[in-house]
Amino acid sequence: MVAWSESTVTVAGGKVHVAHGGRGAPLVLLHHDIGTPDQLDFYDRLAEHFEIILPHHPGWGKSERPQWMRSVRDVAVIHQELLAELKITGHSFLGLGFGGWIAAEMATMAPRDIKKLVLVGAMGIKPPEGFIADQALLSYIAYVKTGLHDKSVFDKTWGPEPELDVLEQWDIHREMCFRIAWKPYMYSQTLPHLLKNVHTPALVVTGDDDGVVPKSAAEVYAKSLPHASLSVVKDCGHFVELEKPAELAGLVTSFIAG
Amino acid sequence: MHIMYFSEQPMSAYPEQEGRNFRSTALMFPNRHFDEKSASRLYNEYIEHYVMAEDNGFDGIMLNEHHNAPFCMQAKTNIMASVLAAVTKRVKIVLLGNPLPLAENPIRLAEELAMIDLISKGRLVSGFVRGGGTEQLAAGVNPAYNRERFEEAHDLIVRTWTERGPFRWEGDHYQNRVVNPWALPLQQPHPRIWIPGVVSTETIKFAARHRYPYIALNTSAEQSRKVWDAYDQVAAEVGYQSGPQQRGYLLRCHVAETEEKALANARQFMWMAGEFTGVAHPVWGNPAGYYSPTQRQMFVKMVAGRPEAAWATGYAAPFEQQVAELGIVCGTPKTVIEKLKIVLENMQTSILALWANDGKVSDADARTCIRLMGQEVVPAIREYGDKLGLKSPFDLETPVSTKFSKDLMPRVAA
Repeated sequence: MVAWSESTVTVAGGKVHVAHGGRGAPLVLLHHDIGTPDQLDFYDRLAEHFEIILPHHPGWGKSERPQWMRSVRDVAVIHQELLAELKITGHSFLGLGFGGWIAAEMATMAPRDIKKLVLVGAMGIKPPEGFIADQALLSYIAYVKTGLHDKSVFDKTWGPEPELDVLEQWDIHREMCFRIAWKPYMYSQTLPHLLKNVHTPALVVTGDDDGVVPKSAAEVYAKSLPHASLSVVKDCGHFVELEKPAELAGLVTSFIAG
Repeated sequence: MHIMYFSEQPMSAYPEQEGRNFRSTALMFPNRHFDEKSASRLYNEYIEHYVMAEDNGFDGIMLNEHHNAPFCMQAKTNIMASVLAAVTKRVKIVLLGNPLPLAENPIRLAEELAMIDLISKGRLVSGFVRGGGTEQLAAGVNPAYNRERFEEAHDLIVRTWTERGPFRWEGDHYQNRVVNPWALPLQQPHPRIWIPGVVSTETIKFAARHRYPYIALNTSAEQSRKVWDAYDQVAAEVGYQSGPQQRGYLLRCHVAETEEKALANARQFMWMAGEFTGVAHPVWGNPAGYYSPTQRQMFVKMVAGRPEAAWATGYAAPFEQQVAELGIVCGTPKTVIEKLKIVLENMQTSILALWANDGKVSDADARTCIRLMGQEVVPAIREYGDKLGLKSPFDLETPVSTKFSKDLMPRVAA
């Protein structure tokens, strides 16, 4: 049983909520655009091997909304400052979906600070083929289901009819996505160029049935990062940590330890 | 009173069943159902209707705009206003209005509106709106900054109209390093600004703060009373006595030579399944951040909970109920006049927009409606309005805004 604790750090004038758990090398986990549940089987699996630092993005979950924030790069800067405040060094990044974009931005800012970089279904790059799914056209529930190969995972995680407070959180998070990543939607036109000198060993993971971020975006990540490999998880959508927690935890653990 | 003619300019040639099959008639409803030849004919018919409305005695013509939807063919209110500026002579051209947040360059809007005012020789009333949820998506504009953009674009346009340039604007959403357009409105200090809305409290307060008339769009008597109460309270805080001159009302109203014909044509107000702006997809109509954060839970329920089955039938009250409650008024001039008297007594508004023709009402019937309304209904209602003391902003020559008011009283504590 992993013991999780919480802390709050003031960064750029706003309170950022951080969950901590586990022991080992520090692993900074950056969550999806829909936010993160407090508990996940996947988190517990990782916490057996790493010291997990799981911040809620500013404006998401229990972190305060910075009204002034206008870009995903602002989020990356806030998280960099958060890590400095927490005096974390020698860490690796694990970014899930939207969090993958933030992790990649953070890597471009301080490539020497990072031990390993893992991006899973990462947004942030314009897919050469297909599009990043547009939340604005989908209900909260339909959007999450778009990111699942096995739709039954939805019911297992949130129940068939999620509680109103979950839906409300999804709406708040969706609004945050709009506030900082409306146009271009959920990618940066400059990021692929900036990744070219990030010499950090990187693992790019994508589900073979990711309905939110096309596989072609993962391929660009793998090509742009000089020391990256691409791993495709079979029978899996965008939320790899929900659909294949054991497989993803295994991939992450062996890559970072290796 | 100020009595206006209004039509959504319906794209009546659209295949209704396709809309029902698609379960929504806006935003993503494929425009392969757009019929160019019919659209060209309809635009020209609608322009002729406006000219008829002027010839038959209406005081104003109300225009609006919507996007990606057959219920309203006006994609740009300023285009139709430009046409009317040239082809009409007397009526006020009342735009309700330009969706400000959709503008990437409000200076361009200020210029267009100034030109309309100049060409029409000072007949422009320049209403401003936030635009519906789907309009934000149709324009690719961030819904999360909708209200901020609305207020900032408004401030910039009014300043552009009233302060000689060049000056520089460095706002949150608009940055214009040189503001110095070479087209400014004829009307001084600037054209009247009216604000239409449904019930959004923030918009009512915005209108009241600025002393802009608020045009309630087809609200019930009870809703309208709440709107006027909210408005009056802010007006008292600002320091002026609000009244019918700050109140407008849009009503669906069709007149024909017989009751049967009027009833049949009035049913066309239900052509979009009875919904005001077509059958809206709840998600597209309510993008995150667009609505007031104080009402987030209500909207979240709406977005998440509306049963799909209801999309096919719409959510509006049945036609008979709307007619009984005077949400839709129809009949011969004689019966319509009596019903409109009740509406005026209930609403206490000096500005009345009659949404007269919708859906597949034939060109001939639309013309009959305009003629009967203009010649019989409008004079009778104007007389009754006078009797009720419903003086319009033009009758009273009210100040265009709080900023240009010289009669403000000491503020009442909130």
